Amino acid sequence: MQGRKVAIIGVGMTTFGEHWDRGFRDLVVEAGLRAIQDAKLTGEEISAGYVGTMASGALVGQEHAGALIADYMGLNPIPVTRVEGACASGSLALRQGVMAIASGLHDIVVVGGVEKMTDLDTAAVSEILGGAGDQEWELFMGATFPGLYAMMARRHMHEYGTTKEMLSAVSVKNHWNGARNKYAQFQKEITMEDAMTAKMVADPLGLMDCSPITDGAAAVILAPIEKAASYTKKPVEIVASEQASGTLALHSRKSLTSIEAAKIAGAKAYKTAGLTPKDIDVAEVHDCFTIAEIIATEDLGFFKPGESGPAALAGKTRFDAEIAINTSGGLKAAGHPVGATGIKQACEIAWQLRGEGEGTQVKDAKIGLTHNVGGSGATAVVHIYKQGW
Amino acid sequence: MKESIALMWRRLPERYKLIGSACENCKTHYFPPRSICPKCRRKGKISRFEYSGEGKVYSFTEISAGPIGFEHQTPYVIAIIELAEGAKCLGQIVDARLADVKIGDPVEGTFRKIQSDDPEGPIHYGFKFRLKK
Repeated sequence: MQGRKVAIIGVGMTTFGEHWDRGFRDLVVEAGLRAIQDAKLTGEEISAGYVGTMASGALVGQEHAGALIADYMGLNPIPVTRVEGACASGSLALRQGVMAIASGLHDIVVVGGVEKMTDLDTAAVSEILGGAGDQEWELFMGATFPGLYAMMARRHMHEYGTTKEMLSAVSVKNHWNGARNKYAQFQKEITMEDAMTAKMVADPLGLMDCSPITDGAAAVILAPIEKAASYTKKPVEIVASEQASGTLALHSRKSLTSIEAAKIAGAKAYKTAGLTPKDIDVAEVHDCFTIAEIIATEDLGFFKPGESGPAALAGKTRFDAEIAINTSGGLKAAGHPVGATGIKQACEIAWQLRGEGEGTQVKDAKIGLTHNVGGSGATAVVHIYKQGW
Repeated sequence: MKESIALMWRRLPERYKLIGSACENCKTHYFPPRSICPKCRRKGKISRFEYSGEGKVYSFTEISAGPIGFEHQTPYVIAIIELAEGAKCLGQIVDARLADVKIGDPVEGTFRKIQSDDPEGPIHYGFKFRLKK
């Protein structure tokens, strides 16, 4: 990576779930303070902040999230900037933080992600999330996000013979991991039968193929690597931060069985880091729907096109198998507070590389990756991390 | 989303007559219309193009949990249609349930009510598709 090397020196998050008793600002402040505590900062060292939130305006009527957070985190007058890229907002914020330090503009930076989603009913939230697609040509016509990913799934089944059972295996594995994550929304294992027979949302995707509506926040503290050692014994170096764009509407893509932007961001990240898919020990990928995890693990080169479904069914993506995917439980079981997801992924990888992965700790995890997608694939962000000590 | 009268009105050509665009330089077709050809950029020459509505099912699903404005139609089938002239677009397939549709099935365009998002507001019309017998 060009410029100064950047490391994560602290991480923190709220539990993910339905937080009826806490608002937008309460969540983000809790996550931020935990990260500051983890990095053993007093707070005065921080010179800038970035926050990812997709829809705070529509969900809780609060725009100007950067200023709100600077104020309630007690960080005034440092600059705090909000960035938005639908479900990839968190990773976009992380990337802004990385660039701010790599460029030499800032030293200690706090990066947060947050979404407060349960103040509205499900229909209203679904409509707001629909804005991550093409409002005038997808949503207007009656498409929903489960519907868009269902069409990707059907095409994947048509081209490669992927089955509903393979999709269900992703859900079962992610719930197994979620059951071992104290921050997860659903800390409960499910059976293949639960997944296969769940109520249909958009055929072939049922309720157990879909990530839930969630409240939550996550935060990380970044520093130049040469200063990281004075805060922590285990800095996690970010060795690649890449982002790519694709068409907003799903129907404008050449292929529905791959997300081109994610493939490009992944390939660039491997090149920047001088690594290959085989070098990755643990990855958090964007499983907003089960088919999304199948596609992600193909786009990132862990499996060849068409081989991810059988691999999931064979247990190759469990924490103790070939490539550990979504040890946090992923979006499916850990929950998906949209803007927070990208930062939660970074927190999970930091914990894994620091050896604090608890019930799903990957043995000798040295290199990790996060893959965060906005909408049906119009924005994709891939980060690669390694132990910085 | 409740659409304003102005938003609805300015999309009428595309929604009523399937007007998209084509690049005269590289012969690529687009729907909805674009003012810049992403392939040719400054060398491109974009012009208005009216689609026939004929096409084939590229992928499809049945929506069992419909969004606001579609409550009375749920469940319904939506599909990505490969238009005969080249571009793809998304629309509903009418008079069909999930089991009636297969990838590759030929379809034709039809003009229908799309949704009504507000009992006091306008009714939105536009193109949908039906399976060709």
